[in-house]
Amino acid sequence: MKADHTLDCVGLYCPMPIVKTAEKIKQLKPGEVLEIVADDKGIKEDMPAWCQTTGNQFLGVEEEGGEIKVYVKKKRP
Amino acid sequence: MAEKEKLTIVVFSGELDKALAAFILATTGASMGMTVTMLFTFWGLNIIKKNEGGIKSKGLMRKMLNFMNRGGSKRLKLSRFHMLGLGTWMMKRLMKESNLPSIDEFIAMAKQMGVKMVPCSTSCGVMGLEQDAFRSEVESLAGAAYFLNEARQSKVTLFI
Repeated sequence: MKADHTLDCVGLYCPMPIVKTAEKIKQLKPGEVLEIVADDKGIKEDMPAWCQTTGNQFLGVEEEGGEIKVYVKKKRP
Repeated sequence: MAEKEKLTIVVFSGELDKALAAFILATTGASMGMTVTMLFTFWGLNIIKKNEGGIKSKGLMRKMLNFMNRGGSKRLKLSRFHMLGLGTWMMKRLMKESNLPSIDEFIAMAKQMGVKMVPCSTSCGVMGLEQDAFRSEVESLAGAAYFLNEARQSKVTLFI
């Protein structure tokens, strides 16, 4: 999937990928896509949940090897 | 979005593991756009006591209590497997290896994210603690009515 920004969270456990995503997404413009690369499996459940609460759009998960990539589209304000 | 949702956490326990659980939920809540308040009471006050210097308090019993129960984020023990410090030391190492923030770092992070950390005034009174016993990140003392008013408006309320 194509993304405008990437956030590296490899080696980080909950809650750090979520905390960093919340911080990073502030820098994005509405409609831009953020790719988060992580290896904590919890992110597959955590990111859709975070999106549901914050109103950002969860676009999906891609997995290759132990690497998990999740995609989030920033909401309109 | 309508008014922000609230998360309120009572931190009653003063152990490393329980503090960790409380701060993970507090910082995640803040990341999810919630307004987060942590009320520290009884042993939980140890988590937010300043690490440096002595704790001033009046009266022999309170002085003894604050000497034996010094507190501070760097002195917290595990609730199980402390093993004279060995277990706690090992757990801190494992946390570090897993890139998990220390309690100190969690407190700074929480503050930066707007989490309110409030010491319970009754516990402070009984234990002889004043505002100057606590770190600078901490708000001013408040009581049960403050907590219940926050909890009443909260979607999520936890007791740790």
